[in-house]
Amino acid sequence: MNLREFGFGEFSFLLLSARWTILLSLIAFAGGGALGLVIAALRISARRPVRMIAAGYIRFFQSTPILIQLFMAYYGTAFIGLSPDPWTAAAITFTLNAAAFFGDIFRGSIEAIPHGQWEAAKALSLRHLQTLRLVILPQALKLMLPPTVGFMVQIVKTTSVASLIGLTELARTATMINTVTFEPMLVFGSVALIYFALCWPMSLLALHLERQLEVEGRGRAALA
Amino acid sequence: MQSYVFQFGPILIRSEELIHGAWLTVWFASVSMVLGLAIGLLGAVTRSFGPRWLSAAVAAYVELIRNTPLLIQLYFVFFTLPFLGLKLSSSAAAILALSIHLGAYATEILRAGIQSIPAGQIEAAKSLGLKPIQIVRRILLLQALRAVYPALCGQFILQLLGTSIISAIAAEELTAIANNMVMQTFRSFEVYITVAVVYFVLVQAFSLLFQGFSRIFFRWKI
Repeated sequence: MNLREFGFGEFSFLLLSARWTILLSLIAFAGGGALGLVIAALRISARRPVRMIAAGYIRFFQSTPILIQLFMAYYGTAFIGLSPDPWTAAAITFTLNAAAFFGDIFRGSIEAIPHGQWEAAKALSLRHLQTLRLVILPQALKLMLPPTVGFMVQIVKTTSVASLIGLTELARTATMINTVTFEPMLVFGSVALIYFALCWPMSLLALHLERQLEVEGRGRAALA
Repeated sequence: MQSYVFQFGPILIRSEELIHGAWLTVWFASVSMVLGLAIGLLGAVTRSFGPRWLSAAVAAYVELIRNTPLLIQLYFVFFTLPFLGLKLSSSAAAILALSIHLGAYATEILRAGIQSIPAGQIEAAKSLGLKPIQIVRRILLLQALRAVYPALCGQFILQLLGTSIISAIAAEELTAIANNMVMQTFRSFEVYITVAVVYFVLVQAFSLLFQGFSRIFFRWKI
């Protein structure tokens, strides 16, 4: 028995709920990007304990499911007297999680810059952070761009997991509409298309940037 | 604020359930890895050597899966198939969705592996009179697998973590068992941190296993 038909109204309701998916993705991207930069800087610090802590942080977030991380933030924080709403829990979890992955991406790009650059900067008496900011990062930026865009696609897709702690974004709206219309093929087909429309352009951009980088690399190799 | 007393006791006396959950997670991950790899091999060979229309169809499958969330794929399989007259248990639906999901990534990864093999090898094999299936099996397969092995293992690890999502359609595995345990013990933090440790250990174990495999299968020098 279906309570409603899946019509234009239902579809536009679904489409509108995509704004919450986009908002959560933007929060994760901005927060995770900023914190990821810090993680990357710590990961290549001159001090071993600092490096270890950053590596442990990345390891933890990459070796446990984001769903468990999310449950921990949402249900598991009661012991310190917190009961965050789904949005707070999701925003914090996705930011911390994205920071680990971004940190790893950034570190990889930074380490790909030839070591001579660090030595040259040292010879010019630049300090560690100055070297990073003025010499290394501007060059590493080009390398980190394709995987960063690629990971943005991951973020958008992963935000669907937030529906499982009751955050009403695209995926949860879909299950809600499915319960009243009982048209799973239409509902989940439509929602898949909406996710696809969000993700595909970014996937293509990531591929394009990657190819561009390859061509440049080949050009440089030919010159050298 | 009253200070909180951590109690892992109620969880430890249920450690049998946790081990059972870990086993189920390993089972779902392993079965979908094998099936996903099989789909990936077929997909990559079709994508590289198949007729144009079939290759395009595989490309569409890959793009569609890689640009939509696993959760939606899971819901689609679980809720749609009964309408087509195919009643699946939540475990079967989970295996199906997980395999289809991984298959798309494996196709893309293995295709890159096949591309990395110099065309001269295939030409040489052809001139020696090898049939296409022989070329794939004897020349391409292991070399392609070796070339992309790290990427493939990374995807497998993501798959292991991804299985936690199937608790959403009430398939029983580690995360679902954890949620049950929270309801029984009200010790949400202790349960989830314990389960996080179990996942962590599983990931490290699978990584070691994959390293072991590469020592056994890829022994020739490049």
